[in-house]
Amino acid sequence: MTPDAGEPRPLSRSHGACSITVLSMLAGMLSWIRCAVPAVGSLSFPHRCPCLLSQRQGRLSFSSSARARKQDDFIQDLEKEFVKFRQKAKEVLPGSGWSPLHQTPGLPPEWADIVIVGGGVIGWATAYWLKKKEAIREGVRVVVVERDPTYAKASTVLSIGGIRQQFSLPENIQLSMQSAHFLRNIQEHLNVLNEEPVDIQFNPSGYLFLAGKEQSEVLEENYRIQRAEGAAVTLLTPQQIQSKFPWINTDGVALASYGMENEGWFDPWLLLNAFRRKAISMGVYPCHGEVVGFQHSTREMETDDGRSVSLKRIHQVNVRMPNSMEYQPVECALIINEAGAWSSKVAEMIGIGDGPEGTLEGTKLPVEPRKRYVYLFHCPNGPGLECPLVIDHKGVYFRREGLGGNYLGGLSPTEEEEPDSSDLEVDYEYFHEAVWPSLAQCVPAFESLRLKSAWAGYYDYNTFDQNAIIGTHPLVTNMYFATGFSGHGLQQSPAVGRAIAELILDGKFKTVDLGAFDFIRLFRGTKVLERNIL
Amino acid sequence: MAAAAAVLGRRSGVASRGTLLVPGRCWAHFDPSRLAQGRWAQRWLLKLYQRFYDIENLFNWNLAFQNWNLRRKNVYYGYTQSMYGVYVAAAHYTLQQKGGVRFAGQEEWYRADRRGNFSWDFLKHKEVPLEAVDASGSSVTYDGLENLVCLKELKYLNLSRCPFIDDWCLSRLQVFGDSLEELRLSGCPRVTERGLASLHHLKNLKHLDLSDLPAVGNRGLVRIMLEECLPQCEIVGIEYQDGLLQQSRSPDRPPPV
Repeated sequence: MTPDAGEPRPLSRSHGACSITVLSMLAGMLSWIRCAVPAVGSLSFPHRCPCLLSQRQGRLSFSSSARARKQDDFIQDLEKEFVKFRQKAKEVLPGSGWSPLHQTPGLPPEWADIVIVGGGVIGWATAYWLKKKEAIREGVRVVVVERDPTYAKASTVLSIGGIRQQFSLPENIQLSMQSAHFLRNIQEHLNVLNEEPVDIQFNPSGYLFLAGKEQSEVLEENYRIQRAEGAAVTLLTPQQIQSKFPWINTDGVALASYGMENEGWFDPWLLLNAFRRKAISMGVYPCHGEVVGFQHSTREMETDDGRSVSLKRIHQVNVRMPNSMEYQPVECALIINEAGAWSSKVAEMIGIGDGPEGTLEGTKLPVEPRKRYVYLFHCPNGPGLECPLVIDHKGVYFRREGLGGNYLGGLSPTEEEEPDSSDLEVDYEYFHEAVWPSLAQCVPAFESLRLKSAWAGYYDYNTFDQNAIIGTHPLVTNMYFATGFSGHGLQQSPAVGRAIAELILDGKFKTVDLGAFDFIRLFRGTKVLERNIL
Repeated sequence: MAAAAAVLGRRSGVASRGTLLVPGRCWAHFDPSRLAQGRWAQRWLLKLYQRFYDIENLFNWNLAFQNWNLRRKNVYYGYTQSMYGVYVAAAHYTLQQKGGVRFAGQEEWYRADRRGNFSWDFLKHKEVPLEAVDASGSSVTYDGLENLVCLKELKYLNLSRCPFIDDWCLSRLQVFGDSLEELRLSGCPRVTERGLASLHHLKNLKHLDLSDLPAVGNRGLVRIMLEECLPQCEIVGIEYQDGLLQQSRSPDRPPPV
């Protein structure tokens, strides 16, 4: 490769290259000499067998005399020294990663434009959209900080991966629909050259909500809203349910709403990896570390009616390295809090919620981790290929998993029964007491099911109104939120990532107006309730 | 200019499909590990792509053009629908895709020839329902199916060898639940068993062709489960022992219990 005119050729590199080739020639000559030496040795000790071929460390030597062996060892040691010297020389020369000052591997960059706290599907979707929408190449430096690259407790990978448009809020319906459109064209969006094509293994089997007498009015109203937004949902009477899904027990079921297109389930791990791989290929910096604090400055300002307000602006994010006390302050312009179930901890670090109750300063981020169980069971005569993700009027849900008669199911506990969310231990008693009876009542074939295994995961539960919190904070001027999805974050992640990127780069929401999900409603107390929460 | 950009040093790899360097191949058959060992021209192109912004942009523009072209071919024929009705619009769309259509009560098929030319005689069948659509080998996509889902009396649908028909498209076929009697999906590289599960909506289906579906796993089991959902449907192209592990046994060893 000929360098451009005007670019100085590094002289030391060419000299170094010459010296290396000379050394390698010397080493080559030495190995030739070494082969020749045993012949000399054998001549002086004619009583030794000169034809004895012995293999020493992969090299043939023609004699096994002591002197030849000593010379062999000497030559080998010399060769080892030469190899070490070559290695060291390569490291010292410019172009290698070696530096006399030791640097911890894996540190985030010292500055970034946007730091995304949390490497789940929302975090990586936002990172992807930020890079996709940047106006010039490398216009935005995005760093995604994730403290657990194994995703052992992340809500994303522990989810059952369902996607539906059957919500009661038009914004939620739009977010899910647009996410479905994104996932449909995912190869166009997220394919990386020379890598395997993206496949999230989507099952377009649909969702079936069963409603009793009391809930059928709500279901009908939701159906109208969903149809108005363009979702492909139909209402089914009990007779139609019986003819379509004969394995359902329609006692107590007054109405059902069945989503047939753009609804189903997929593999969340594949989606997370697709976003991650694509974002990294576009230049996002992944960082394995934990956000432990912020450095901010405060500015006192006055409102129109004379009250003083202190506005905070974050200047640096302290990212601590794993298993170490060392932290790197990352100077940044914006922080996006997408830490899922632990978003409130990140918010507390900047002092959101430190203030008298009832004031804006005292409004905490009401997102807390809520443990939910998912049980895998096998039933030999259960529903077949046509089984959608069925949600009973009691809240118990199940879906087919694969073709072998396995099903995933669960039930969201009531407020009083909320399990302790300090760990992810599974309560099997809950299955036997609460989930199995409801399942058996919904589908009689499930009376003879066999529980195979289970796992638990966290919902990033918004205790205020179970809907997302998306947007800026009124007092911390450069922190954005995209959290509190309460169980439907994964299915809305592509659209939410795009919304946040639009908010940051274009200044406002363009595709879906998510103004209803702002932080300020938590202070005002205006709940934006979602009635169809699983 | 290109060399200066190369010297600056940059990250490699931005948005594109692997098929760009392997033109003409179906996506499901694409084997990326062969790319690096591919023809020397392909490897050389890959190195150029990673090194030069210009080549990268050219690749991406080519890709964007291909996607734009596909969308153009699958545009919604709204104007034709408003002027001539849904059946003529669907027929026009199919003929543009180099397919064939047959109207109800007719014996002859209206087809486009290899070069894409077709006669406009089908326009005289305004308000005559379309009974059969043959879109085999065409570039029908999910968006293009928008033109076909309004056909309430469709009896025969041939989507063989369509490279862009995938599981999402199969879920769209549920609108033909009352009328469709014959469906051919042979040779579609993107159809998997997950999409075939959504065919249970087609209650009146009598003939289903599922031969040569490379992405479907456990074929025999899928056929059995589909036959459970669609008892009166004849499924061809899959044998019951497809996908089973064949164990070779020595003659004197007893069979496993």
